[in-house]
Amino acid sequence: MSKFLEVTNLNVSFPTEDGEVRASNEVSYSVGLGETLAIVGESGSGKSVSNLAVMGLHNPVRTKITGSAVLNLADGPVDVISASADTVRRLRGKSMSMIFQDPMSALHPFFTIGDQIAEAWHLYNKGSKKDGIKKATEMLDLVGIPDAASRAHDYPHQFSGGMRQRAMIAMALVNNPSLLIADEPTTALDVTVQSQILQLLKDLQKEFNMAIILITHDLGVVAEVADRICVMYGGRIVEDGTVDDIFYRPEHPYTLGLLNSVPRITAGESHRLRAIPGQPPSLISLPSGCAFQPRCEYSTKVSSGACASTVPSLSDKGSGHLSRCHLDAADLNNLVKDKA
Amino acid sequence: MLTFVARRLAYTIILLAIVSLTIFFIFDLIPVDPARLVCSKQCTPSLVEANRHRLGLDVSVLEQWWRFIVGLFAGRTFGEEGIAITCAAPALGYSFSRHECVTTIVAEAFPFTLSLALGAFVLWLSVGISLGVLSARKKGKFADRAASVFVLVGTSLPTFITGILVVLFIVLQFNLVNPLELGNWHNPFTEPLGWLQTFFFPCATLALAYAATYTRFTRSNVIETSSEDFIRTARAKGLTEKVILRKHTLRAALAPIVTIAGLDFAGLLGGAIITEGIFGLNGLGRLSIKAVTQTYDLPIIVATTLIASAFVLIMNLIVDIAYAFIDPRVRTS
Repeated sequence: MSKFLEVTNLNVSFPTEDGEVRASNEVSYSVGLGETLAIVGESGSGKSVSNLAVMGLHNPVRTKITGSAVLNLADGPVDVISASADTVRRLRGKSMSMIFQDPMSALHPFFTIGDQIAEAWHLYNKGSKKDGIKKATEMLDLVGIPDAASRAHDYPHQFSGGMRQRAMIAMALVNNPSLLIADEPTTALDVTVQSQILQLLKDLQKEFNMAIILITHDLGVVAEVADRICVMYGGRIVEDGTVDDIFYRPEHPYTLGLLNSVPRITAGESHRLRAIPGQPPSLISLPSGCAFQPRCEYSTKVSSGACASTVPSLSDKGSGHLSRCHLDAADLNNLVKDKA
Repeated sequence: MLTFVARRLAYTIILLAIVSLTIFFIFDLIPVDPARLVCSKQCTPSLVEANRHRLGLDVSVLEQWWRFIVGLFAGRTFGEEGIAITCAAPALGYSFSRHECVTTIVAEAFPFTLSLALGAFVLWLSVGISLGVLSARKKGKFADRAASVFVLVGTSLPTFITGILVVLFIVLQFNLVNPLELGNWHNPFTEPLGWLQTFFFPCATLALAYAATYTRFTRSNVIETSSEDFIRTARAKGLTEKVILRKHTLRAALAPIVTIAGLDFAGLLGGAIITEGIFGLNGLGRLSIKAVTQTYDLPIIVATTLIASAFVLIMNLIVDIAYAFIDPRVRTS
């Protein structure tokens, strides 16, 4: 069965004077209706770049994109990478929507919240100005904004951070899209507000039967809402599996490092957070071989120095759990145990 | 909002009072005695003193200023008995050199200045903004480079050069305007063609430098706004590029232009000295430069300076109010 969005071998790069920035390399992932895919990675790992390519939001002049991203719509599949700009524009808002990290700067400061939501609705629906505002009010009510009818006439600066993100969600969902890409939707928000927004996304997903791609660097967020997780590093997916796979049976040293750097309440006072040594790689000159190799504490355990020379393939090590590492999962496990 | 306007109006009035007082004090320091200047060849100390009294310069500066303020509201009579002349309110004084009420003189000059300023304003805004948007959209392409050549030429050519070139070629070489017609007043409502003939070239000359600056400014504002997150949001909504540019980008990019455009326009309402001079337009600029350099005509200097600063202050107020309508963030705070 094909999923709603199928991204295959997506490459996104930006030619610059210093060389080509390869922001996304051979990235493949898919997400079905009603499913949440989390894409996890640090800044510059290519997680946003890949999804902006799906939305067609890159500057076509300054970006080189190859590969495919197929939306399986009711009236047939469309590859948004090869489709014309106008075709992709007509899918935006209606079939796929996106919300962004900072809801303050992502909303136009000169227009009311209601107007901005109504504008999106009017694009794909016929109706009077009043109908638009009515629809906007309805959406604001749906995303849990109290007194929505009067708040629709407020400007973004009159909303709190969490309210703004709710309004962004209302705007993104006003045309009932099948795919919502949430790019770090909770990063700019207070922790208490974060969980409210995540809960809201979960509720709305049930109601609209949407596919959600959640882009985040926060593993805590992921555990709460995701069905499947892709871990990205240096523009590549390094591990892809279910939430349980990633959290309980990680098969890539980078994922292990990420998990070790998350504070745990159960660990006791003696537990120290273990940061991953070194810096993320430059996307202009990626290390030869495995991008994580210079920071990987296990790279010396691989015979013949394959880590430094060959990019490991993203291989299925059983039941749909993919990992891009020269080390066998069992060997990695033993090494980790030896250290402990 | 209303209290804001009222408070700003009060500030404006106080500032104008201070400006006018300062002008009176500065004029008092000028080593020229108007009482001597208006004296005939057979001048005697007693005649000078009589003149001084007649011109109202025999009292303290503060008293002179106060009489001016009173005259502004109540009208004022100059001279005594048989040769008394009454200027109706708002009386800006009585010209030593032209023997006329300053208000009358200013009223004659102002239409020239207003025509020049308004015409130039419309020209430079339309040219500057459209060229700026065009070159922002075509960044790095031929249109953008052509526009940047225009910007370079416009900003580096001073008005007195372009003005003289325009007079030389368009008026004298190609006879597009009859040289004898240069500087003649035509009512724009009854004789629009005559008005255009008088004012088109001066306006274009004056607008050139401004248009160049505004092109540069609009271009950078549009480019900067285009990379804002809310423009990406507009695109993510599925809006067409046309709507994004016209509604979302321009609204935000042009807001700061309102501020400088208002102030630039206000500055010109005080008189464009060089342009008026080159094209023989008897506007406020020419009036004040003559009063300052030739006739030491205090009442005219006071009047033109005060009018210029009043325009700047009032325009400031208008710009602030307009900005509150444009940017809702200003409205609430």
